[in-house]
Amino acid sequence: MINVLKSFKNFFSKMFGKKKKVKLGLYGPPNGGKTTLANKVCLDWLGEEMGSVSNVAHETREVHIKEQVVIKSKGKELSFNLVDTPGIATKIDYEDFMKVGMKEKEAKERAKEATKGVIDAIKWLDDMDTVVVVLDATKDPYSQVNVTIIGNLEARKIPVLIVANKVDLKKSNMKKIQAAFPQYEVIGISAKFGKNIEAFYEALFKLAGQ
Amino acid sequence: MVTRTMLTLQFIPYFEIERLDSQKRISKLLKAVKANKIVLMEGRLKSEEEAELIRKTMEEISNTFKGIELSVVNTSGADEGFFKTIKSKMVNVLLGDRHGFTIIGPAKIIKEIKQDPDKIQLLTEESSSGSRRRR
Repeated sequence: MINVLKSFKNFFSKMFGKKKKVKLGLYGPPNGGKTTLANKVCLDWLGEEMGSVSNVAHETREVHIKEQVVIKSKGKELSFNLVDTPGIATKIDYEDFMKVGMKEKEAKERAKEATKGVIDAIKWLDDMDTVVVVLDATKDPYSQVNVTIIGNLEARKIPVLIVANKVDLKKSNMKKIQAAFPQYEVIGISAKFGKNIEAFYEALFKLAGQ
Repeated sequence: MVTRTMLTLQFIPYFEIERLDSQKRISKLLKAVKANKIVLMEGRLKSEEEAELIRKTMEEISNTFKGIELSVVNTSGADEGFFKTIKSKMVNVLLGDRHGFTIIGPAKIIKEIKQDPDKIQLLTEESSSGSRRRR
């Protein structure tokens, strides 16, 4: 297992060292906080946010890219294109959107866009150089969507960092996320409040072998 | 008034899908689920096939088909010995991944699949009453 981790590190290190446009993807189920994390990263290093966030699932329905994000720490520098992807789900029901106050037409349109977003997110898996899987630390991590995402990244030999987001909430359970994916490093953060975000940046450097 | 709902469970043994290519496997599973059947498949799909199943499901979503619930139950223990693990991996390479079970159901019937080590809970919802029940 240590050898596997080392080869991941070397792979990641080579990519950041040689390739010009490394794609760092944010993947995960809907409402895990991918865009909130993307906004935090962009705000910290570019001074502007990336996309809109909402409590209603499938707010991000298109793949968004922020080019040339450069993060710095202790004299080190890491450069990548940040790719925020729509949440991957196995079901989308327009009636769920109506339950949160949307009109039928709007709800159906959102559902249609959301299905397209999931398809795009899956297609983009092949283009990623490394991926941060963003999970909601208040939710059960043993969902097949999570397993499928991580299984696909493993099959494509794409280096993975798991982020357990929303650790500011009482219901969050970091240990459960760690127990679900013991072969990966799991960083607990609150993207919304910036809690432990330095550890997240450090983990990115660590994954890059720096 | 008591509402009765008939649920159909379709068992798909591994030999029924082992010779099918990925696209045909996925089509077979989706066809059954779209016919409102809960599929219990012996073995599991490859990770790439699972992603393709999700992608195909998204393409099929409509006002009546809301998607799927999916869960894989592994029967091979993670704490198996080294030689047993190697043997089981070799069997998988030769014969496909026939360990465990895959449960796939239509999302309009199965709201959630919860897994405990020794039991599986399918949470269903009756559209007429909105009440939940466990099976």
